[in-house]
Amino acid sequence: MHRIHILIAMDSHTLAQGARAVKDALLKDLSLAGLSDEVKVVETGSLGIYKKGVVLVVFPDNIYYTGVTVENVAEIVSEHIVKGRIVEKLKYSKAPGTEVKVQEKAPRFGKQLRVVLRNAGIIDPESIEEYIAHNGYEALGVALTEKKPNDILEQVKASDLQGRGGAFFPTGVKWGFAAREKAEQKYIICNADEGEPGTFKDRLILEGDPHAIIEGMALAGYAVGASKGFIYIRGEYHMSIARINRSIEQARENGLLGEKIFDTDFSFDIEVREGAGAYICGEETALIESIEGKRGEPRDKPPFPPSEGLWGKPTIVNNVETLANIPQIILNGPEWLQKLGTEASPGTKVFTLVGNINNPGLIEVPMGITLREIIYDIGEGIPQGNGFLLAQLGGTTGGILTAEQLDLPLDTDNLRKIGAGLGSGALLVVDDTHNVVEVVKNFVEFFNHESCGKCTLCREGTGRLYELLDKLVSGQGVLKDVDLIERLAKTMMTGAFCGLGQAAPVPILGCLKYFRQEFEKMVNTEQKSVSAVV
Amino acid sequence: MKTLADLRKIREQAQKEMAAREQSAKYRICVGMGTCGIAAGSRAVMSAIIDEIGKRDIQDVVITQTGCLGYCDQEPLVKVTQPDKSVITYGKITPEIARKIVQEHILNNNVLGDYVFTQD
Ligand SMILES: Cc1cc2nc3c(=O)[nH]c(=O)nc-3n(C[C@H](O)[C@H](O)[C@H](O)COP(=O)(O)O)c2cc1C
Repeated sequence: MHRIHILIAMDSHTLAQGARAVKDALLKDLSLAGLSDEVKVVETGSLGIYKKGVVLVVFPDNIYYTGVTVENVAEIVSEHIVKGRIVEKLKYSKAPGTEVKVQEKAPRFGKQLRVVLRNAGIIDPESIEEYIAHNGYEALGVALTEKKPNDILEQVKASDLQGRGGAFFPTGVKWGFAAREKAEQKYIICNADEGEPGTFKDRLILEGDPHAIIEGMALAGYAVGASKGFIYIRGEYHMSIARINRSIEQARENGLLGEKIFDTDFSFDIEVREGAGAYICGEETALIESIEGKRGEPRDKPPFPPSEGLWGKPTIVNNVETLANIPQIILNGPEWLQKLGTEASPGTKVFTLVGNINNPGLIEVPMGITLREIIYDIGEGIPQGNGFLLAQLGGTTGGILTAEQLDLPLDTDNLRKIGAGLGSGALLVVDDTHNVVEVVKNFVEFFNHESCGKCTLCREGTGRLYELLDKLVSGQGVLKDVDLIERLAKTMMTGAFCGLGQAAPVPILGCLKYFRQEFEKMVNTEQKSVSAVV
Repeated sequence: MKTLADLRKIREQAQKEMAAREQSAKYRICVGMGTCGIAAGSRAVMSAIIDEIGKRDIQDVVITQTGCLGYCDQEPLVKVTQPDKSVITYGKITPEIARKIVQEHILNNNVLGDYVFTQD
């Protein structure tokens, strides 16, 4: 019996900080102290604590240590594990929330609420048993043996879960389109391409709780009548790929993937496909092209993937975070999800909090939370006492929020009213030492690089926008350039072929709306009378 | 795995293995493991408790350790905490008495009066 469990977060960040060496040292010191039989060392996914080095949690004491190095492992073992004296200098007092227990009313931890991340940092993601211990695969088992596909579909519909890939399309509605198609073969695709700069929430969900994605996909397969799934995962995500592959193997060995799952007629299996690093391949139809082995360019819509997707068959594409919600909805019922968020947007949202912020990291918050709570409570404010300039919500294509919106409850309705969206996953905080125009130029540089070239508006538009912004920043711009930027952005928004070109203007127009004077200030006054030459 | 019952069996087993991570355990047994406690034999007491709990398959207990409690002459000390009951600290515990604490106090809810050092 292991009376103490030491959890060590092994994600790409902590690995780079030497987590592996710390674990080895820990095992060695525990063995020297004769405690190997009493103390279990468990590798887990991210605990959501960032820039704080290697992180350990000691249970049952529930003590978090950060900045652990090989040198201070001996002290933790001899002091805490042997003698029960907490090593205060390494103790982390702002531990993130623990899991939201199934069937319980969701407790709050500070302002955080863990539904999607309920297992991340708590279980060993490489152990299917630990996932099962936390009610894993119960939803699938109950669904397959006690419920009809349509029951599952109806539950997801009733929960009003909206896609977390950025567009917030109602998941149940999307599934319904595929369910009603008559086809021999249908597909479920998990979109884990995650190409937005600053966004890495899907990676941490996959690293921390890979079985939840497998279970979510299998439930989707059951609901719409698909027997095959693909996880399209960003190629650089080595650890996610390794963990998901391992989890798929474990699920197969346990009969949770493959033929006749739970001895029913339902069969489902999953394959992993690695993306090659193009942002456009996160767009669902470009992603489908890429899986088919073609150049990743978006398709004409309609037909939409739920009716004609992968190899022309009905296909559901869902984001990692969306799928991670599914088992919980089936276990706890649709009303449960609705109680967690706002009426317009039920549930929680996972963000990576980045930029000028004291406590960056992976957070999960209920919908309806305000920017002020995220930045000043969870994020502990802006470093060096600087002021807040703007926040970009949901990655590079995300909308711009300023001090005016600090107290706006964040949900789809409220954001739509101000022309923004919740976006995918990054929440970038920018302080008032930055020049807005340079910030915007940075965004556009990314789009210019990632535009796939299929349609003229996006291919040329992103390039010309970049030139105009560069002109302003380098002091060569004229007043008319500002108008031109605005016109070009608006034209792209309405005319570009796919979401990339349509969304790229969002942050530009957002910044123009709130900070137009800043753009105009950059204009070279000596050239003000000269007309713009593009 | 073929049935829901199979799944639940695996779950039960796995939950036992993860018990130390649950914050809802009813009993907390804390063994004094300062230099004084260890010198007086608290390691053996700790091992006996772990063994007894494991053998009897008791679920809602966590076992922790603490440093010197300030009563070195009473070591090994074993403190048992449970909700809504006073905290019992047993003194001068041997591995045999430790096993009795598990059998009587934890399983049958009988405090072993003879060995109580303090109660608060
Ligand atoms: C340029 C571009 C990139 C995208 N990248 C991603 C991505 O990395 N991950 C993702 O889930 N969705 C991405 N999307 C959105 C997908 O097209 C699609 O809407 C989403 O995967 C649907 O899943 P959901 O309904 O669960 O949100 C991207 C869209 C565009 C236009």
